[in-house]
Order: sequence, then structure tokens, then C-alpha cells
Amino acid sequence: MSYLFNTPADEAAMLRSIGAKSIDELFELVPRELRMARPLDLPPPLTELELTQHLAKLAAQNGSPRDHVCFLGGGAYDHFVPAVVDALASRGEFYTSYTPYQPEASQGNLQAFFEYQTLVTRLTGMDVSNASLYDGGSAATEAVLMSLAATGRAGKVVVAASVHPEYRAILKTYLVNLNVELVTVGTPEGIVSPVELASAVDSNTAFVLVQQPNFFGCIEDVEILAQIAHDAGALFVTSVDPISLGVLKRPGEYGADIVVAEGQSLGNPLQFGGPYLGIIACRESFVRRLPGRIAGQTVDRHGSRCWVLTLQTREQHIRREKATSNICTNQGLFALRATIYLSLLGPQGLREVANLSLQKAHYARQKLSSGDRFQLAFGHPTFKEFVVRDRDGAVESLLAEAYDEGLLAGVPLAPWYPNLSDCFLVAVTEQRTQAEIDRLAAVLNTSSRTKRSVHA
Amino acid sequence: MSLNPQDLKYAKTHEWVHVASDASGAKVATIGVSAFALEALTDLVFIELPKPGKQLKVGDTFGEIESVKAVSDLYSPVTGEVIESHAALSDQLEQLNQDPYGNGWMIKVKLASDAGLDTLLDAAAYQKQCSEEQH
Amino acid sequence: MRNTFHTQTLFELSQPGRRAAVLPSCDVPEAPLEKLLPTSSLADAPPPLPELAEGDVVRHFTNLSQLNMSVDTHFYPLGSCTMKYNPKRNERLASLPGIVDVHPLQPDHSVQGLLALLYDMQAMLAEIAGLPAVSLQPAAGAQGEMTALMVAAAYFRERGEQRTKVLAPDSAHGTNPASAAVAGFDAITVKSNADGFVDLDDLRAKLDGETAVFMITNPTTLGMFEPNIAQIAEMVHAAGALLYLDGANMNAILGITRPGDFGADMMHFNPHKTFSGPHGGGGPGAGPIAVTNKLGPYLPSPVVVKDADGKYRLDNDRPQSIGRVRSFFGQVGVLVRAYCYIRTYGPAGLRKVSEHAVLNANYLLSLLKDTFPVPQGDRCMHEFVASASKLKAERGISAMDIAKRLLDYGYHAPTVYFPLTVKEALMIEPTETESKETLDAFATVLKQIVAESAEQLHGAPHTTVMCRADEVQAARQPMLVAPQLTH
Repeated sequence: MSYLFNTPADEAAMLRSIGAKSIDELFELVPRELRMARPLDLPPPLTELELTQHLAKLAAQNGSPRDHVCFLGGGAYDHFVPAVVDALASRGEFYTSYTPYQPEASQGNLQAFFEYQTLVTRLTGMDVSNASLYDGGSAATEAVLMSLAATGRAGKVVVAASVHPEYRAILKTYLVNLNVELVTVGTPEGIVSPVELASAVDSNTAFVLVQQPNFFGCIEDVEILAQIAHDAGALFVTSVDPISLGVLKRPGEYGADIVVAEGQSLGNPLQFGGPYLGIIACRESFVRRLPGRIAGQTVDRHGSRCWVLTLQTREQHIRREKATSNICTNQGLFALRATIYLSLLGPQGLREVANLSLQKAHYARQKLSSGDRFQLAFGHPTFKEFVVRDRDGAVESLLAEAYDEGLLAGVPLAPWYPNLSDCFLVAVTEQRTQAEIDRLAAVLNTSSRTKRSVHA
Repeated sequence: MSLNPQDLKYAKTHEWVHVASDASGAKVATIGVSAFALEALTDLVFIELPKPGKQLKVGDTFGEIESVKAVSDLYSPVTGEVIESHAALSDQLEQLNQDPYGNGWMIKVKLASDAGLDTLLDAAAYQKQCSEEQH
Repeated sequence: MRNTFHTQTLFELSQPGRRAAVLPSCDVPEAPLEKLLPTSSLADAPPPLPELAEGDVVRHFTNLSQLNMSVDTHFYPLGSCTMKYNPKRNERLASLPGIVDVHPLQPDHSVQGLLALLYDMQAMLAEIAGLPAVSLQPAAGAQGEMTALMVAAAYFRERGEQRTKVLAPDSAHGTNPASAAVAGFDAITVKSNADGFVDLDDLRAKLDGETAVFMITNPTTLGMFEPNIAQIAEMVHAAGALLYLDGANMNAILGITRPGDFGADMMHFNPHKTFSGPHGGGGPGAGPIAVTNKLGPYLPSPVVVKDADGKYRLDNDRPQSIGRVRSFFGQVGVLVRAYCYIRTYGPAGLRKVSEHAVLNANYLLSLLKDTFPVPQGDRCMHEFVASASKLKAERGISAMDIAKRLLDYGYHAPTVYFPLTVKEALMIEPTETESKETLDAFATVLKQIVAESAEQLHGAPHTTVMCRADEVQAARQPMLVAPQLTH
């Protein structure tokens, strides 16, 4: 049946060797009164053909960038993934292996992790990286836990409202249990005001978290913000878009102590939110506070170069409740994909992806704000995303109409920012063409100007 | 210069203590870890010691010592303020095994009281504890 | 045969001016960077990434892949990790357009197919767990544990109860106490008795009005079924605390018994173990949790709900929820594979999975019990823990020596030195997707290894690309990134 091997003859021979009369007898370890007296109430089995038909039917009920031109961002982006990434990452030797507990049987994964770590440090300008975390949000949270330990300050952490609202929601969930105050600095103008930040940090602040470019796509004045954090003795942590580092200054150059990022953009599929790739990198002095797996180079018994998991005493399997984090796994396969992606792009390719996204986003920004209905919510410079305000305040019906026209036109901000309920976020990657952007502008500008009920 | 292990006092958790008076007459304890315990912790890779100024009470952890796959807390046998920390040790961990009672010292603590001192073992009693642990 | 040239690091292979990906020219009017962005925000140059041709990249990673053992290539009896076959059909189906390319912030009406799948997944996991409320959000088993502990914390907080302690046995996975600490609890260890089960006297002594949760792994980390589980649940509940089940070993009990039926209030699944999600060289996994109805309102948001009109929707309006532990919906790709797996087997098939996982483990145990003492006796669930302590005492041969020598024979090593309660532990989990011939061959090799000289084993492995890394150097002078090369 399905993936099992044992024939009735095998079963009989195996039971003989065990000295049991039946498979049921093997389950006598489970007290009788706890055993199920009925089969599980689950749908009946499907053959591969039936399952394929079933999944194809479910898939057909979803719109996606395959049939709708995608201008959605907000932490997950429709960047192009070269064929080589899929071809290599779908090798069974990679995806059906596990955590490299036996370095002799895992040098491929270990070297790839080491290369990943190196690429992350070169991308961010930081000293060290781990071998990845779950996603951008968990990376931001782990940075908080690191900061609390590294500074010995357990009073409060300060986060800008222009940081991804879901990352802030995760922080809130964690910090309530640790009795740490989460202070959010408002960003009504779209970026953090240095004055506001300065008044929020004090000698009890463990860290300041800022996103660059921020959730609204705006460029923050990170150098000044870093200075404010450091003057208060707090760590400065930035959450970055890795693609933006093709043109933007690297966090290591503006004073970040810890850098986190969502690595989905680096060759990983959107797949409705995950699995993604949590990137975390930091200064050398915090290396023993880094959570998760870390690969290191060493030599073997014969003096040859090799790689192992190292600094393991940080981790839960040794330090248990005193570990730097409870994290056990990394996102090995997605770190591998990012490694392959960055090796294919190289410095010039990354710069081109970043520049194309930037140029096209600016073209879209101008196109959308040139009519009388839409305006930019914020005047600041933006990278590949920007916030559009609908003067008619009909965001929901606007986006629904655009969907019917084959466009995933933007992300409404109402769920997270009540003050921006008449706004939506538009993202543009290198994949979008001038014609697609023109069409977006045309469809939005001709959309009905009154609210109507949508897709109830 | 190494201290004579016979002259030292020991905590049950394997730290050794040597108490002397400084120029002003205040009592200062020098603290390290016994050769017996260090031998059990093979392949040392890292040590973390407190910064001077840290206040310790008897039984507080004052640091950690790590081998590749184990980590051990270091417990303070005394109460007082850390006035010196042997920071250079982290780059010369071999000193711990080579000279545990000399260059392998870890911290110096200016005693706030005599708390804890009376429960420390003398060399003979500590030796007895170690030989029991081995079996 | 081995290509040592292309397994140099990416950075050593790099040549200035070489490149693989070429981007299209810009089809919109292009402005200088300084016009679009503040000059203070701009980098002087792109990051110093390696420069490679596409052929370099393909050959490099293909050769690296061949330095790994994997389930596709080798028997991989890594105890507690459930390294079963990862069905190819699941890979293909999870990669269908309309699943793999869906943006996480698309409106609900545009993702009805996916939401239907995830809704059914919630229901199927609830049935398998015997616990009705499910959150698919946690990203891994460890995050599932932590999320459930946060749910417990919120539950007690709302009831006005001050419960600060989480208890777990000494044989527990290290994630249990680590998760307790991250969720803000004090982690307390409960002793195991001589048989490896929970020491009831020690549990009784430590359970009190400050205990929030007792975390138990059942089947246990020794591959046994806790015989006193019902009594333990009673004791925990009598103290007003909750029982958490670490579902790492669910592969032994699918359709046989359910955590909810044996008294657990909360549990996590490891779909990458039990439901055949590929391990990906260390992830991604997923860690969905199931809880009782009274804890359901505290689960993370969103959950998938089905409205009266048959439409599915993400429900974020859950005022008692702990909030979020992960961005977006979670590890959807892993959940889709797990869904395909459960739908492939159906109810009777899933039970067969556990029956054959347990049959294979007991069979292998019967072949090996005369070679290695197995402290737990001659029956097990889906895995067992053999001990090399006798070999160690008599001939100086360690569990690690045996593990390393197995690699020479083309077998991945079992989990060694876990659980911490067994000396020189070799934890062996064959899974149901192995044949009798494979198990026979593996047992024969293990017996052969034991007959080899101690020197032969200390020197092992002899045939792999490297042999026994200097881990002291790796940890003492960590080298975590490749040096910058100048050409």
C-alpha cells in the first residue's frame, strides 16, 4: 500500500523473528483502554492520479501571479527565480537529507551553509551570520532575545511603527511573557522622526528596531537613528530587504549591530507565506548569542579542510532552558536556494535586479499619482514599494475590481493602520513591464469611484 | 606563581578559593576551578567571566566554561564584589589545565562578609569527594 | 571520480567579470540613482558577491549534493527524526501553479482552493490528535511547543492563576525546557525511573499550584509507550495544570491511540517527520498544534474558518488569541505536502503506517538485541535505543565509533548520545518505508562492525570525503565565513 514494502510473507517472517503472533500484539505496550476502537474519521485514500486531479482542482480555485499581474508586496515579493535554483534545490541529495549531525555524510550541506553565511555577511556588511531562521518575523524576534541578553537590559525595546506590522505582532506575542515593555514609535509621516525616537529610548532600552526600506517602502534616515540608539547604549537592529542591498548602503556601514531580513526574495517561491527564510547577521562580539545552527570551517584528522556545525553549546540540545533560543532547525533548503540565487546573480546581477525594481517602481509611482484620484501617502523617497491614497476612500472595491481585471493591484493597509484605511501598498519588481504598469494605472484610474460591496 | 592545592579551600561544585588580605586589610578571595574538574571537562573552547564591579552572593553563577559539547556554570563560593577578572584566560585556555592553581585563576572577589567560607571543604575532604565521584 | 575542483568554495571559484544571470534592459524611463534616492542611503558599490558562470554554479552544487547522504540515496535510521521516504508526487503537487506562486496577502476570495485545503488540514489534524482546535501557524516543532506554552500562559493569565513552572522529564528533547524559558516559564526537570518512564513520585513531588504544564513525549524518546500516561494525566489535571504532548513520535500511534484520548490538553505535530515532509538538510519543518476546546480561543491568529455560505476565510478577529508567532500563514508548502500524504493513505492506511513502523523497529530490534544491549527490553514502538556501553567498557569502542564506521558501509548513522539517560546510546528508527532486506543487511553490517578491531573503528570512517573534524578548533577559533580573496 502506497509507500510500504512489507509483503504478507515478510510480515510473517518478521513476526516470527520478533516472537510475536500478530502486529496487534506489538501494540500491547499501549494500554488497551487507550486504544482506538474505531478507524480515524478521515477521507478515504486517493491514488496518485486521483490526488493529482484533486490538487489541480484546488489549485485552479486560486488566483496567483500566474494569471494576475502581481503588484503585491508587504514582505513577500514576486521576483524572478532562475531555473537553476529549482533544478539544483530539487536534487534528492539536498532535500531528503537532514541536519548535518554526521559531518562525514553531510559535507555538501555544511559547505553550502558556510557559503550561505559568507554571502549573508557580504550582503549585509556584518561579521557573522547563522545558517538561517524560520522567516523575517522570527529573525526580528530572535534579535530581541539576543539584545536582551547582550545588553543585560530587560526593561524595554523600541520598535518603529514603520516596521512590518506582522513582525511587530510577533514581538508583542513573545514579549508579553517576558515582561518586557514594547514601545512603538509612531510614524505618521511615513518614516521615523529622530526626535520621537530620541524621546522613546532611555538607559533601560535594549534595542531599537527599524526597517529599511520600511513597510511603506520609504527610506529611513538610518545613520541618525543608529546614532540615537547607540547614544542610549541600546543596540540598533535593522530589518532589510536583501534585494535593496544591490543599491542601498549595507547595514554594517551605518552602524547596525544586528541585521535581520526576510530572504524569500532571494530565489524562494511565494507559496502563500512559507516556508520562507529568516536571515540574521550580527557583529562578531555577539556571535555566542546567535540562535540556531552555525556552520564553521575546520580541519579533519588528516588536516584537510572540512565543515561542521559549531558553537553548539549555545543550542537547546546542550544548554536546554539556558539556550540562546529554543530553535532547533534552520531553513536549510531555502538557505540553499538563496545561496544558489546569489551565486547566479553576482554583484552586477543583484544591482540590476535592485535597479530595475527601483526604476519601475518609480515609473509606477509617477503614473499612479499623476491623475486626480490618487496621491502618494508620503513624500519620502521609496525603493520598490510605495503607499497610494485613494481620495475616494474606496480601496476595497478598487482592489476587487482590479482583481477582476487580472491585477493583484496592492495590499490594503486598513487591517494594520486604521489611519491609512484609504491607502494601499504597491510593490513593483523587475518582472513587471511598462505595459503592465500602464495597465495598472489605467484600470485603477477608471475604477468606479464609489464604494460597492465586493465578493461577499 | 602557583598556589599549593593543599592550602586551598574547595566548594562542592569544584571551585577553589584562596583568601588573603590586601594592603588595606580587606579580605580578597582568589577563585579558580580544581584540576580534577578541569580534567573532566576535556577540550575546553570558551570561558565567560564577569566584569569587575559585579556583585556576587554565595551560589551565584559568575561565569561559564565550555567544551565542544558541554557547558558548565561556575558558582561563586563567596559573597562580595568582583575586583579583577582574568580576561586573558579566554585566549589561553590551555593555562587552565597546565596551571589551574596559578595562571588558571579566574576572578578575585573583595569579600563583603565571611558568608560561605565555613562550608568550604579542606583539601583532604575535597579529595575524598572527588574519589567518590569517580566511582 | 570525485570532482575536487568544483567543490572549492564559491569564493575561490569566482573570477572578476564572469556572470550567470543577465537581466533585461529597463523598459521604463530610467533616472540616475541619485535622483531617486538620497545619496547618503546609496552604496558605493554592489556587495562583494562571487562572480560565476552558470555552468560553475550547476557543477558546484551538483557536486556538493553528492557529498550528502539522504533518504533518496541511503538508509537513514536517525532515531527521533523519522527519516521516511519523501513522496515525489507531493513535491510535484506542492509546486503546482496556483499553490506555489500564491502571494500571502492575496484577498480571501482569490485563494478559496488553498483555504479549503488548509481548513481540511486543520480538521484532519484535529481528528488524528483527538484535540479539536488547531493552529497551523508554528514554523517548526520547537515553535509549536513554545506556542502551546504561550497559549497555556494566556489561559492561566485570564483565569488569574499564577503558574510559573513547566515540568519536563530528564529524557525530553532539549527544545522542551528551552521553549519553556522562551515562553517565560521556569523549566523544572522530572526524573525518569530505571525503565526510562516518568518517576511518578518525583512528578508528584514537583507538581504544585505553580505548575502550568507538564510536557511529555509519548511514545517516549526511548521508543516506548508510557504505561502510566492515564495516571500522569490525572495527576497533572488534579494539580490544575495542563498536559502537553511532544508529538515527535506520532509515527508510532497514528490511528492506534490519540493524544486527546490519553489525556493531553495540547500537542504539536512534526509534519516533516510523521507526514513525510522532506527534511531539506535541516528544514523547513512545520509545527502545527492541536488543543482542547477550552484552549482554542487562545490559539494564534489567523485560523481558517468556513462560513455558512460555504466560503472560506482567514479569521483574525479572535480577541483572546495570543497573537502571532510567525508572519503570514506559516509553512504552507510543508502543510500541502502533509495534506497530500494524509489524503494518499486515508484512515486505514495511516494506521498501517504506524503498524509497519512498529513492525520494522521490532524486527530490527530482534536482529540486534544479542549484539547490543537494549536497556528497554525486547519490545519497542517505532524506534529503540541500543547501548554500546559494554563495548566501550570492554574494548574501548564508543557509540560514535560505530556510527562513523556505518558510514563506510553506506548507511547513515543512528542518532548517538541521545537520550541523555542512556550511556553510549544508539537510537535507531528504521521507519515503515524500508524493506526487510534493507533491515537484514543493516543488521548484518552492524554485527560485522562489532567484530572488527578497535583500531579499525577508531579510524573510521575510511571512505568518506573527510574523517572526524577537529571540533575543538572549530569552536575555539570559529571560522564562520570565507575570507575575502584578492585576485
